[in-house]
Amino acid sequence: METGEYIILTDFCKVHHLMTEFMLELHDNGLIEITVLENEYYIPTRELSKTEKIIRLYSELGINLEGIAVITQLLERIQRMQEEITALKNKLRVYG
Amino acid sequence: MEFIDYYKILGLSKEASQADIKKAYRKLARKYHPDVNPNDKDAEANFKKINEANEVLGDIEKRKKYDQYGKDWQHAEEFQKTRQDRGSRGAGSYNDTDFGGHDFSDFFESMFGGGAREYGSGRKIKFRGQDFNAELHLNLRDAYKTHKQTFTINGKNIRITIPAGIENGQTIKIPGHGGPGQNGGPNGDLFISFSIENNTLFKRDGNNLYRDIALDLYTAILGGEITIDTFDGKAKLKIKPETQTGTTVKLRGKGFPIYKKEGEFGDLFIAFSIVMPTQLSQKEQELFKELALLRTQKTN
Repeated sequence: METGEYIILTDFCKVHHLMTEFMLELHDNGLIEITVLENEYYIPTRELSKTEKIIRLYSELGINLEGIAVITQLLERIQRMQEEITALKNKLRVYG
Repeated sequence: MEFIDYYKILGLSKEASQADIKKAYRKLARKYHPDVNPNDKDAEANFKKINEANEVLGDIEKRKKYDQYGKDWQHAEEFQKTRQDRGSRGAGSYNDTDFGGHDFSDFFESMFGGGAREYGSGRKIKFRGQDFNAELHLNLRDAYKTHKQTFTINGKNIRITIPAGIENGQTIKIPGHGGPGQNGGPNGDLFISFSIENNTLFKRDGNNLYRDIALDLYTAILGGEITIDTFDGKAKLKIKPETQTGTTVKLRGKGFPIYKKEGEFGDLFIAFSIVMPTQLSQKEQELFKELALLRTQKTN
């Protein structure tokens, strides 16, 4: 299924039992990245974890696309803030 | 082993309908799902509990069995049988305390057996394996150089390369080294967070290092050259005459390696504190008095 930097979208959909249209809808909503190479759709491997997380939010929690967009944005914000807290804690150790 | 009140976990009464159970489970799953609570062990533990509760109450047969025997489950014959039949937890299970695994409680396994994970609808759902979280302790010297380290997680030896310059509290992801996927789902990921202990005389702020150096009065006043310890060796440092306490000099490129930028380093900042001489001889005292006098005359 994996071909270096990209994964063929149809292969990905097959493994996850998803319709290609659904994935394209996620892409149209700006939630995932899909690349077209020689008339074939691909998902970048580096996006795999994020893409699978979005699918889990949709299938396991029944969250709609708008909700997923909000959650993703907030999680990214939390992540940035956590990194900032860690950096500040490390800075405090310099003066501790 | 204690009785687990699955109704209480889902916040429901025994009269709850299957629709109520589904609704309550979905609501709590949204609250505690690991994807929306990254690195939150409490949420992970709660998610595990509600999953188990849903596994039992969401399945009509299992719910009937649970309701029928309730707190007397230990005395029920068929439970004795399932207990005998129960196999080991298998190589795939892992320590809950460390990784908050997906496996069910002993209570669940006693009641329904170890292999009872099936879904009422008959539809086989693919599950991505659990993400594992581990903490790796390093000292600052270890973090200074790119090195390989082997450690054991869930009975498997994993060898990773730790790039120089890793930060305290930083987390790295090792894809596919988490829990095994179920029904053909992909493996989870392994997240390793680093706890870096600093037992050196240097203080670290990002890529920069800081160190206080004691300077004798005469070198501070007259200037000179001293040899100092940098993090990975020694360096000669010129001291300007009349250097004051608190003066800081920067040694470019003598700091900490920059993460994943081979050959690039932060800076080392040296702060001086002047050490006054003690136990002066009579001659020294006389000379200092003379110096003091000269200074007074100069300022007047």
